[in-house]
Amino acid sequence: MKPIRSPEDLERLRKEILAKREPSKPCITVCVSTGCVAQGSIKLVEAFKAELEKQGLTDRVEVKETGCVGFCEQGPRVTIYPQEIYYFKVKPEDVPEIVSKTVLKNEIVERLLYKDPITGKTAQILEEIPFYKYQLRLLLENNAKINPKNIEDYIAIGGYSALAKALFKMTPEQIIEEVKKSNLRGRGGGGFPTGIKWETTRNAPGEPKYVIVNCDQGDPGAFMDRTVMEGNPHSVLEGLIIGAYAIGAHRGFVYVREEYPIAAENISIAIEQAEEYGLLGGNILGSGFSFNVEVYRGAGAFVSGESSALMTAIEGKVGEPRPKYIHTAVKGLWDKPSCLNNTKTWATIPLIILKGAEWFRNIGTKGSSGTMIFSLVGKVNNTGLVEVPMGITLRDLIFKIGGGIRGGKKFKAVQTGGPSGGFIPEQYLDTPVDFDELTKLGSMMGSGGMIVMDEDACMVDMARYFIDFLLDESCGKCVPCREGLRAMSKILNDICEGKGKDGDIEKIEDLAEVMKEASLCALGRTAVNPVLTSLKYFRNEWEEHIKEKKCQAKACKALINYYIDPEKCQACMLCLRECPAGAVIGGKDQVHWIDQKKCVKCGTCYELCRFGAVVKLTGEPIPPPPMGVKPIRKKK
Amino acid sequence: MVIVTLNIDGKEVKAKEGMTILEAAKQAGIEIPTLCYDEKLEPYGACRICSVEIEKRGKTQIVASCCYPVEDGLKVKTTSDKIIKIRKIILELLLPLSPTGPILSLAQKYGVEKSRFPSQRTDCILCGLCTRYCAEVKGEKAVTFIGRGADKKIALVPEKAGVCATCRECYNLCPSGKIIDETAV
Repeated sequence: MKPIRSPEDLERLRKEILAKREPSKPCITVCVSTGCVAQGSIKLVEAFKAELEKQGLTDRVEVKETGCVGFCEQGPRVTIYPQEIYYFKVKPEDVPEIVSKTVLKNEIVERLLYKDPITGKTAQILEEIPFYKYQLRLLLENNAKINPKNIEDYIAIGGYSALAKALFKMTPEQIIEEVKKSNLRGRGGGGFPTGIKWETTRNAPGEPKYVIVNCDQGDPGAFMDRTVMEGNPHSVLEGLIIGAYAIGAHRGFVYVREEYPIAAENISIAIEQAEEYGLLGGNILGSGFSFNVEVYRGAGAFVSGESSALMTAIEGKVGEPRPKYIHTAVKGLWDKPSCLNNTKTWATIPLIILKGAEWFRNIGTKGSSGTMIFSLVGKVNNTGLVEVPMGITLRDLIFKIGGGIRGGKKFKAVQTGGPSGGFIPEQYLDTPVDFDELTKLGSMMGSGGMIVMDEDACMVDMARYFIDFLLDESCGKCVPCREGLRAMSKILNDICEGKGKDGDIEKIEDLAEVMKEASLCALGRTAVNPVLTSLKYFRNEWEEHIKEKKCQAKACKALINYYIDPEKCQACMLCLRECPAGAVIGGKDQVHWIDQKKCVKCGTCYELCRFGAVVKLTGEPIPPPPMGVKPIRKKK
Repeated sequence: MVIVTLNIDGKEVKAKEGMTILEAAKQAGIEIPTLCYDEKLEPYGACRICSVEIEKRGKTQIVASCCYPVEDGLKVKTTSDKIIKIRKIILELLLPLSPTGPILSLAQKYGVEKSRFPSQRTDCILCGLCTRYCAEVKGEKAVTFIGRGADKKIALVPEKAGVCATCRECYNLCPSGKIIDETAV
């Protein structure tokens, strides 16, 4: 491949690629992103290839490995073009049928379509699936269509034309102006206006300047950045090159978490290919602008997602945050002006350059424009990645897209923004999701994690869980974060173990104040969000735990007891036989009861009982066994 | 050299641009407590005991004075109620770790008699004075941090034991006598 040296050549290449491709040629695309790979999609690709070979169709049908469309729980996902039929949960044994029926005869394999569990209706295209109906997929849209390892796929759909426009039709100042006008805010969670950050780095004294992609993302259950990087790495790269040109940087870094091997591989391939095509390296597209990118694989520390810690890590040191009283935009990597943006932020740039700031600003809310990708997980029926316009309400996200709460249970709270986000209760479900509204509720946008909790979640236990996570992930440098989290964890664990004391809440509040105000970085400052929102919206649960030793959600093991209701027990022997502690007493035809001294509260009896006879008690005395100590014979 | 004027505790203070609030305050005779600070070393900002309240464009903010650079017109309060409360709680958190020496004296000064947050005594508050002195002044890195978060510890690098035997310069920096203990074994 000869490097492309003008926008016209790029356009010519695009036409050539398209001319080589027949739009009517059948194409089977299989998701090979992390979620589907874990569910066996690599074998699926092999099965398709083998089947096509067997049927002598290798030349007539294309098999393409693509990125993720977000509905991972329904994976592996297969899409058949040109009809664009989506199949879910596909297994290798389904392959011959898909090829013979759908590919060759245009017949639908009904059982592989997505079926709405409530209405029972099937859907062929994404827009018919409730999970997708309310989404606006700007960044994820192309993931099912392109092979992320093939630059020509990206070029074919108009890729790198934003770069050509930026380099040849816009000055760096105009690009920054456009980004500022678009009102794009940092997708990593801080929500800082991107254009202003770019301008700060551009105007900061000192050379060289650096641009950095943050693809660290360590939140449990969140995979937005990984998915964008895996499925469409060139979109990130194109945004980065445009940013580098606008800022005046000639060297960039992509920081990818070590745990994201596919993301790291795909971006590395993208960089290589872009260099080969003259879209990266020296004299990009013949513009005279030169820019190089390196991939840096982070060792997988949550705190390394913090910008100064990430830069410290790239410098080869331990990933610990530094005081940022002088912004990293001015003094960052090796003390030089460095502009770091989240993966999604960079991937949004080409869209803004091509379609204009006005178009972008019209999506979303006044304060937060554009779309946001959320990782919707927890107790909702549909889990996965959803890309929605800013301003959608939490209720729509959870009930329309998420399909409501699993098992018909009641919604309790949603945590937005990852482990250091706050818990938002039911009365705020109609809040529009944007940077400022979430902050007002004591939570945050974060990088888009969203965990839905149902009535079985104990909000004290949830706070404990996230504080323990953050204690593990704190770098340990500053006292408020390290020692504050340690002290908080101790108190919270005590409360959940029934050892809560008067004054515990006040201690937690004191610690929270210091952590929030005096911690060195955002990890410590925001770590208190789950605790403070739990206290604000669910204070009664805290008081019950401490004063009555009661856990209304019946989730804290130390505060519950398993009890067999003698009226309901059918003396079926099931729990008696399966109890690993031998704590169930009774016999054939004898009502069972639990010896509380032996019970380890594993819940096996509760799970097994088919008669609803085993119940969890909390905050109340356990009724004595029937007829004193000896269990009575069950009347037939 | 640019000179800026800031206001610390109601007092007009002149300072060279590039100085930190802590240095400017010290120069003006205003004392701010420190634990992880040493003038020979790069500011580290870990203990947060030197936190002060600043006012900028009508907004107040808590910052570590050992790291925050002076600015013209900056208003600084070093002993507001909030600051005192923060220092007290930081001392409550540190006292169980190192109940002697400078931490005990500071705790007494701030009226912290007993901590509400029991923690295991380690005689080390991870201030990093020894590790930074060894790296920045001696260029040796014979003392280093290992682990992360709650498991973070100070360790001597065995290969560099020879350096420590003759140097011992960090002994006096340590606010809790930990290094002497470690090397005595």
